[in-house]
Amino acid sequence: MNSPVQASPHALSRRTSGHIMALVMAALVPATLAGFWQFGWPAFCLWAITVLSCVLAEALCLQGAGRRVVPVLSDGSAALTGWLLAMSLPPWAPWWLGVLGGFISIVIAKQVFGGLGCNVFNPAMVGRTVLLVSFPVHMTQWVSPQVLAQGTDLAQAIAIGLNGGIPDALTSASLLGHAKTELGRGLTLVDALQGFQPEQSMLGLRAGSLGETSALLIGAGGLFLVFKRVIGLRIPIGFLAGLCIPAAIAHAAAPQAFLPATAHLLSGGALLCAFFIATDYVTSPSAPFGQWIFALGAGLLTWLIRTWGGYPEGVGFAILLMNAATPLLDLWARPRIFGRRIGGKPLDARRAQEVTR
Amino acid sequence: MAHVVIPPIRRLLTRWGIHPDSHKFPAAGLDIADAGLPPLLVLPLSQQAGAPARPVVKVGDHVLRGQLVAEAVGHVSAHVHASTSGTVMAIGDAPMPHPSGLPGQGITLRPDGLDRWVQRDVEPYPINLAPEEIARRVAAAGIVGMGGAAFPAAVKLALGQRSSIHTVILNGSECEPYLSCDDRLMQERAGDIIEGARLLLRATGAQHLLVGIEDNKPDAIDAMKLAAHPYPEVSVVRIPSRYPMGAERQLIHTLLGVEPPAGGRAADVGVVVHNVGTAAAVWRALRHGEALTERVITVAGGAVAAPRNMRVRVGTPLSWLVERAGGLTREPARLVVGGPMMGVAVPDLDVPVGKGASGVLALTVAEVGEREPSACIRCGSCVVACPVGLMPLEMANRINAGELGQAEDIGLRDCLTCGACGYVCPSRIPLVQYFAHARGELMARERERKRLDEVRELTEARTARHEREAREKAEMHARRKAERAAAQAAEAAAKVSATQEESA
Repeated sequence: MNSPVQASPHALSRRTSGHIMALVMAALVPATLAGFWQFGWPAFCLWAITVLSCVLAEALCLQGAGRRVVPVLSDGSAALTGWLLAMSLPPWAPWWLGVLGGFISIVIAKQVFGGLGCNVFNPAMVGRTVLLVSFPVHMTQWVSPQVLAQGTDLAQAIAIGLNGGIPDALTSASLLGHAKTELGRGLTLVDALQGFQPEQSMLGLRAGSLGETSALLIGAGGLFLVFKRVIGLRIPIGFLAGLCIPAAIAHAAAPQAFLPATAHLLSGGALLCAFFIATDYVTSPSAPFGQWIFALGAGLLTWLIRTWGGYPEGVGFAILLMNAATPLLDLWARPRIFGRRIGGKPLDARRAQEVTR
Repeated sequence: MAHVVIPPIRRLLTRWGIHPDSHKFPAAGLDIADAGLPPLLVLPLSQQAGAPARPVVKVGDHVLRGQLVAEAVGHVSAHVHASTSGTVMAIGDAPMPHPSGLPGQGITLRPDGLDRWVQRDVEPYPINLAPEEIARRVAAAGIVGMGGAAFPAAVKLALGQRSSIHTVILNGSECEPYLSCDDRLMQERAGDIIEGARLLLRATGAQHLLVGIEDNKPDAIDAMKLAAHPYPEVSVVRIPSRYPMGAERQLIHTLLGVEPPAGGRAADVGVVVHNVGTAAAVWRALRHGEALTERVITVAGGAVAAPRNMRVRVGTPLSWLVERAGGLTREPARLVVGGPMMGVAVPDLDVPVGKGASGVLALTVAEVGEREPSACIRCGSCVVACPVGLMPLEMANRINAGELGQAEDIGLRDCLTCGACGYVCPSRIPLVQYFAHARGELMARERERKRLDEVRELTEARTARHEREAREKAEMHARRKAERAAAQAAEAAAKVSATQEESA
């Protein structure tokens, strides 16, 4: 009998890690395609180069660590990280921004910690945050989408990607950036937001990254993942509640100083974060109570940073801060064990019996 | 008949468990067939939880069906009876259904084909027997829990008599995929089951009998409701289909809304749980005087030509059962005794089935699934699936790091090893194997610690004895010295007085 020990269970569900990654990517497809349509070939080129550099970085790390490259790469996690990173970059950013971001995400944020499942911080958000802090100008140059309805061809796109220059006539501020600038100039938000129409944000007809413009398609993709039971509802609901409830209260109290909840909800990648970033398995808690704390905390931090922070954008920082709390939440916010109290002591036998009678 | 329905809110709030593909058909749709007599039977001596039974026959003896061939040893054990008439060919090592593939103790029997019973005591109204007598006869018939764990039924009854039991729960959930032996038994022998359960009720002194049946077995529910109709104390309850609904504590919680305390027994909340097959066996034993010599087993799996439920003699080899089910259509990837979730993988078809075997499965590669483990992506599926509220991924992490004590702190002992976590894991991590290993290791450490404690106690006792002896010796020495001194002094004094007298 030299057969290995065959441990139970002798049946398995069909879903594998690879399937999960594939479902998440499928959920990203509509919003991504819409982004390509709005922002043209440069956006596609940046997306492709970011994804490829993530995969390349992962392959090099695995090779260097002496691990099997192909089976690990085929789980799709590196490509997904690249995809999410590309969704959070300005669509017309120069090519090296995508490459650098990809390598930072995979090498520093993921493989240094031990690869898939071992990283503390969300790789895509680490990549984005490092880029934002290091290249604030490039990371906040947004292109206005309406212009591109006329279209750019591939050759132009490559030129834009190589030179990294957006013609001044085509640049536009993102909503949150605009609000921050105007408040800084001493204007009230009532004046600053005269052009803000929620419907535009829903459809994505304004400046921003791939992942923040089309709120409608991002939300639809997220609900698809919920429906497929890839993600639960706790983190999306918790995150959006943590962001919108304080925003709504503050706006009701002082509309001239605080953005309305709809503006927070529909811009700055809040929905992308709620459904795709905060729900990252590896860097979020796995127990229900911990998930609530994590999500509410991330939402609240996002609002605080957006409102009082130095950057107009707060999602990345908020997620990284809550990522740091995840191991503790997993330790402290464990579910109650059946037959035990929350602290771990067994239930009282006699009292349980009285309940029955 | 009392009407018990599970409150919808409890259904809504129940989040644990999984819904594996049921694979119950075609076996569940066919009536129970008789597996017949194989050319050789091997009666395992260790087919119950607890100590193996001790043989009371010799090689060459002729035995009758239902005759005691091995007796229970100790408090937790059960008798073994010959499952047909024939000759004892051998007593000793035989292939056994154990994952190690190591042989175990068994009695090999060659049937004479006549299948003659021993003298059976028929009891027209067993319900009139005293509770103690019911328990005694259940023990004498060698009945064990037929759901899989094979805990001696009489021991459970005795436990019940010591604590006050208000409800007996009959477990008809049969939540394991593939298995439909309980389903068929409930459809075909509902009367036996209800009558047997009423005897269990009498033996424990409980007032209520709840029969929990998963809602994927509507025919069984109907049959049982019909059989239970005359008895107001019996209530048949539809319960949601999910795995592991048949786990004792989960079933109690689903039916009654109480949680038995961790580390305690179901009896702590006034409940005992028996399998429906056990109840049927109790009825056969008390009404007809038949010892437990056969049971219903589901023979199924993708590699089996004609899956079927069969009435099988205890000790029948797997090869015989597979042959009776039309043989194998292809090379099975895995042979399992029991259900696919908690059953035992066996190396080949030579092993016999015991009283606790509910299924014999020959599973194909496609059914067993691809099993190359990859890194944990911390998806938390295992946390959602766990019926006990554990965090299997965290436990596995700690076990991987060698921190068994920490794994214990976060609930390793509460694990049912039901396999729900391993089933859902998208990274194919063999979580149950981790937990089984860690528990084994902890038990070994505990034994080692006890042994060391004993050694230390003995050493301490010896040291204490030596010290005491030394002290006693010293005391004795001192006493003797003192005595000698006293004697010398007395002598001297006597001398002095003598000289004084002389001088006087």
